[in-house]
Amino acid sequence: MPMLEVKNLHVEVEGKKILNGLDLTVPSGQVHAIMGPNGSGKSTLAYVLAGKEDYEVTEGDVLLDGESILGLEPDERAARGLFLAFQYPMEIPGVASMTFLRTALNAQRRARGEQELSTPDFLKRVRDVAARLHIDQDMLRRGVNVGFSGGEKKRNEILQMALLEPRLCVLDETDSGLDIDALKIVADGVNALRAPDRSMIVITHYQRLLNYIVPDVVHVMAKGRVVKTGGKELALELEAHGYAEYREAAA
Amino acid sequence: MNAEIRTMRTQAELALLDAFANHKDRLVGARDERVAAFKKFEEAGLPHRRVEEWKYTDLRALMRDAKPLAAKPDAAAIAAAREAGRIAGVDARRIVLVNGTFVPELADTAALERGLTITSLAEALVAPGNALAGLGRTVQTNDVVVALNTAFMADGVVIRVAKDAAIERPIHIVHVFSGREAAATFTRSLVVVEPGAKLTLIESHEGAPDVDYQVNTALELVVGDGARVEHVKLGLEGSKALHLSSTMAAVGADAVLRDFAFMTGGAVCRNQLFIRLDGASTQLVVSGANLLKGRQHVDTTMLVDHAAGGCQGREKFKSVVDEQSRVVFQGKIIVRPGAQKTDARMATHALLLSEEAEADNKPELEIFADDVQCGHGATAGALDEELLFYLKARGIPAKEAEALLIQSFVGDAIENVAHEGLREALVAATAQWLQARS
Repeated sequence: MPMLEVKNLHVEVEGKKILNGLDLTVPSGQVHAIMGPNGSGKSTLAYVLAGKEDYEVTEGDVLLDGESILGLEPDERAARGLFLAFQYPMEIPGVASMTFLRTALNAQRRARGEQELSTPDFLKRVRDVAARLHIDQDMLRRGVNVGFSGGEKKRNEILQMALLEPRLCVLDETDSGLDIDALKIVADGVNALRAPDRSMIVITHYQRLLNYIVPDVVHVMAKGRVVKTGGKELALELEAHGYAEYREAAA
Repeated sequence: MNAEIRTMRTQAELALLDAFANHKDRLVGARDERVAAFKKFEEAGLPHRRVEEWKYTDLRALMRDAKPLAAKPDAAAIAAAREAGRIAGVDARRIVLVNGTFVPELADTAALERGLTITSLAEALVAPGNALAGLGRTVQTNDVVVALNTAFMADGVVIRVAKDAAIERPIHIVHVFSGREAAATFTRSLVVVEPGAKLTLIESHEGAPDVDYQVNTALELVVGDGARVEHVKLGLEGSKALHLSSTMAAVGADAVLRDFAFMTGGAVCRNQLFIRLDGASTQLVVSGANLLKGRQHVDTTMLVDHAAGGCQGREKFKSVVDEQSRVVFQGKIIVRPGAQKTDARMATHALLLSEEAEADNKPELEIFADDVQCGHGATAGALDEELLFYLKARGIPAKEAEALLIQSFVGDAIENVAHEGLREALVAATAQWLQARS
């Protein structure tokens, strides 16, 4: 059974159709890249998977481990192992990162009927993950993402991902706003999480990120649907020729 | 032809006239001051919505009647108040006023630190000499609620901290209403912190949940040059109580005054602050948190008078308003001619948790000096949906996510409390309020 199956998904936002019969299958352990021109519906797909309000599914289904998740709240989806790394991570003044991480981790564990993590175990895990991602402990004492640079916010997303150990990771334009050094750190963090029982969807506009996070499969989206699927060489092809062909194909 | 327009006295006003006529001979001390103050009330009546300072809190309409003056507490009332006001994690010297009366056996005045004196107001009012020199003159105001307090003040606490005495252990004035019958209490406290001295003063108010008692309380706070004072008020009145509170503070030069009010109780509450900065280079931090639900109405009306230059004023209030409750903030900053280099900033923020909740904000600046920095900001809005989604996407259920955001919203004001134990107690009290909500 594939980890994720998106079947004929139609989605409207405020009456405007954004996804238009999208099909996507991601088997366990694979990394799939989704590329496409601006406005093709990539970020909408990410939000619909995570369960954002105001995205109305008018047709189709999304199955995680064979079960529909469309009726679940965002927190229930997270507890089932779905994680969205935001394109624009939010700043939460007044909520310390440590409190946030701990609340999230324990809420998920509770939802799965697992024991909450003890304070020393939790601190140790945060320290280990933060060190790998070059995140300073001082940053974690501050409000979530408050005063962070764009690169720091993205690293913080990966830290949350590493700590929460999701089974399906959706990375929405994680490369946007990153310089090459930050990109490498983020890519290393993501690659470290690749595992046979974990799948990833990497949404990106540019091929650059895929030099560092090498995908198993590349999909091209246009006008709210997947219009082409291929191997990692498809990304290089897109880099060379641009999206013009797909804009026309879908029109 | 002179047409004299006289409004009809309300039931509450008539009851207050009666009470003063019947009790003035039994109210000890300060006879002239009482008579003069009561005259102000007789002329103006209870404040109503056409009185600008009371625009959003029409006391004339809200105060249906005036309760009889509270009698001295009996043994049962005293016994019931024995543990009142204890704050986990804060070791304070508690002085308990039961139904408006100073109860010596509930006043922890053993082994007072050097330079500290504590007496009851009732005792000071009849003491020979000038034990109460300055009472009523800390900050002059024509406010009628203050006038009523002066007319009827029965008891309270008089605290003096001598020059340069640093009193580390907080002093906590606990006001408890433990009567079964509705009554009115009038308490007045005078706290004088002499130059260079230091004090943390806690003031709390609590009472029976199902009795519609009335509290009129006033605090005069004199902060000497170079003194450091933190005043933290906990408004935890019973849910039917009317709470009228006036804080009058006069602050000297190079001093620090931090004032914080945490309001969760009472049906109708009014916190009035009259603060005058008399000396240069003083730091003033006034802030508060209001957590309201049901049909609660809490009004903070503040007047900060920069009579001297070079002072820094920081005012920040955060309110969480649920169900049909209403929060009011009126803040006026006056910068007198010559109070140059004044740096004053005032901010009020309200989080509306229901469609029917209401927040009224009225900031005013009156600036008569030309080299000053003054600013104010006011916001009212709902929880940020984008932030909530971010938290939920990390696995935090909606209610918990809301609580986390509300806690941080309120925490931003609580940060202004310098005493660590109190700060933690307020954070815990906020969490408890949120828990009761969900």
